[in-house]
Amino acid sequence: MIDTCDQIFVLLQHWLVSYLPASWQPAAGVLLSVAAIVCLFPALFALTTVFERKGLARIQNRLGPNRVGPFGFFQPIADGIKSLTKEDIVPKSADAAVHFLAPVLLVITVFMGFAVLPMGRNMVLVDLDAGLLFYFAMGASAELAVFMAGWSSRNKYSLLGAMRAVAQMISYEVPLLMSSVVVVMITGSLSLTKIVEAQSQYTWGLPHWYIFTPWGFAGFLMYAIATTAETNRSPFDLPEGESELVAGYHTEYSGFKFALFFLGEYVAMFSISGLGTTLFLGGWGAPFSFLTWVPSWIWFFSKLMLSIFVFIWMRGTLPRLRQDQLMNFAWKFVLPMCLLNLLVTGLWRFMGDGWLRWVVCSAILLLAYAGMGLAEMRKQRLGPRSYRYAE
Amino acid sequence: MSFVFYLLAALTVAGGLAAMLLKNTVHCALALTVAFAGLALLFLNLDAQFAGFAQILVYIGAVAILVVFAILLTRGSETPRDGVFSRTWLAGLAIAAAVFAVLGWAVLGSARVLPHETAVPEVTVQQIGVALVGRYVLPLEIVAVLLTSALIGAVIVAMHEKVGHEKEDSK
Amino acid sequence: MLGEGILKGMAETAKNFFGSYFSAERLTTVEYPEQRIAPYEAARVFPFLVFDGADWASGLRCVACQICEKECPPKCIFIEKSKDKKPDALGKPQFYPARFDIDISVCMSCQICVEVCPFEAIKMDTEYELSTGDRFGGLLLDRKQLAKSNQYYHQIHPAEAAGVDAKLAAEKIKAEVRAKAAAGAAAVKTAAATAGEGA
Repeated sequence: MIDTCDQIFVLLQHWLVSYLPASWQPAAGVLLSVAAIVCLFPALFALTTVFERKGLARIQNRLGPNRVGPFGFFQPIADGIKSLTKEDIVPKSADAAVHFLAPVLLVITVFMGFAVLPMGRNMVLVDLDAGLLFYFAMGASAELAVFMAGWSSRNKYSLLGAMRAVAQMISYEVPLLMSSVVVVMITGSLSLTKIVEAQSQYTWGLPHWYIFTPWGFAGFLMYAIATTAETNRSPFDLPEGESELVAGYHTEYSGFKFALFFLGEYVAMFSISGLGTTLFLGGWGAPFSFLTWVPSWIWFFSKLMLSIFVFIWMRGTLPRLRQDQLMNFAWKFVLPMCLLNLLVTGLWRFMGDGWLRWVVCSAILLLAYAGMGLAEMRKQRLGPRSYRYAE
Repeated sequence: MSFVFYLLAALTVAGGLAAMLLKNTVHCALALTVAFAGLALLFLNLDAQFAGFAQILVYIGAVAILVVFAILLTRGSETPRDGVFSRTWLAGLAIAAAVFAVLGWAVLGSARVLPHETAVPEVTVQQIGVALVGRYVLPLEIVAVLLTSALIGAVIVAMHEKVGHEKEDSK
Repeated sequence: MLGEGILKGMAETAKNFFGSYFSAERLTTVEYPEQRIAPYEAARVFPFLVFDGADWASGLRCVACQICEKECPPKCIFIEKSKDKKPDALGKPQFYPARFDIDISVCMSCQICVEVCPFEAIKMDTEYELSTGDRFGGLLLDRKQLAKSNQYYHQIHPAEAAGVDAKLAAEKIKAEVRAKAAAGAAAVKTAAATAGEGA
């Protein structure tokens, strides 16, 4: 019974596919899974938009949307109808082909990332040997779509926003990859299913999730920071800052194309949180050994939604970082910490089991964090304002 | 030489041709990106997963963006003042033909030297990693030093401009 | 330490989030139009004319002195004096406004008309739901629409209305005392005249 619940989607897929002739079955199975992903994540996106608006509102001492449907939960339907029926304005001097392809490319690359995420036991679309590398390859291609959007609008503010966005995404690509590499170092494989399986052991009821190790915790924090920057989310949302460059690189987009950008951003948030869950939070594993009877996909999606709520919480709490502050932070703080984390992970691996490696690794990481933190904070020269005039 | 190979080869060649023949420089850069994608898919067709995904990550995710930035930050995106085609196109054609001949000779010649294997060897990422730090550690380290020097050079170039401006201000 | 501020900020927003379900101070939204904020004593929107008694036509305090029309900065008051007179609250015959229009699309709620009126006839109303579909005449309020009773005035500005009533009552008493003194003086004069004639 428990296993049936756990494998219910796999069994459903097999049952549906069994109605077709045997030669069509593998392709049909894959197509069915793809259809499920393409239907599920936009639905989750709709739900997230309403949660975000209501969550941010409650943080800001006000109610969110509460007119459409019970407690406002049909608001995304209203938003969807609005974006579908708005006029699609393409500026006359804009590059029409590139202008059209940019949101298409973004949505394609973002959805491709879901192909390697294990959403439950035996619930991966494609079990690639180099799954993690595939995921990051797709993430890197999304940056090109952002640039295409900004350039094709033939608007200097869009271009500026696009350049800023691409610079930000590139700078944080390095910490993102390096904080994932520590997981690969310990697991010994790039395959996401093996990474999840390596975290599914329990000691005294507590799981072996990588976040509970010193290097995993540091890696998770840096992964979280890099993720927030990659998806242009507050506090790193200068490229799309509504009070800065109107809407950054998607200023000139209206109607459904804008909705596609919005969708792309949120679905990217889902997939990168899904990857973070897989790498550091144990994927579809239960948090305590006595809770393993709950289906694995429930755990995966709960952890995913928890990450999304933390994203929304951060958005409601933190002010926006300026472009140079953002870049300084990436190159001067996060990257050195990532490199140190690699070193510490190596130490962890080769020190052997025992309490000593916990103490040593934690001590190194905490000292480095405190030291670099002090250095960063002492650099804040808060003196009287100085002016620089154009010559 | 299956149908998929011909399709991907056509995509790559079309991307390369478009990168050469299109008028708008940024369109050329995007067509080059399509050629890179075609190459990556060819690698994947040969079951070289690591090479294919690394191609996408490095070439499309970084090199294409670098090319595009270079076009934008220089005057490459404006309409050219002089003609697009250079006057020394005959010499260029000769050199291109010579390079193609050398590459073709090397590729066809190497096919004779390689052992004829019936089965495709399963190359895992672990084997690539072991080879990189085992047999090919010297090229790896040289490439690392090269990249580091490029990074330092970029920082120095950017820094010198700021120092120059400061000197001007103090006058 | 680095990151401490972020954690403190996140704790505060979490308190806001969970507190908004329980305490009113963390959820200050008033859901208009189902709920409304009660207007306070000094609220003001657009002017209205006060009338005493039950009949608005005869009880209007306004005597068409046209001071408010002259003092109004955007000139949104339009007054036409009547030809005849009618007695006011103190018994004196006064003019009354045959036409008293205020264009509330122009009025800037500065309250100058209220401050300069010597007869306590025009005061500020607190009604703001005045949208209309007629954009040519719908926002030009005439005498009948502007006339509201003194009881209404007490409802919306209780302290101010009480003060005005006290002032008007005091004036009335003074007027009566003066009238009695004048009547007494007149009676003494006529008595002296008849006594002088008789003697």
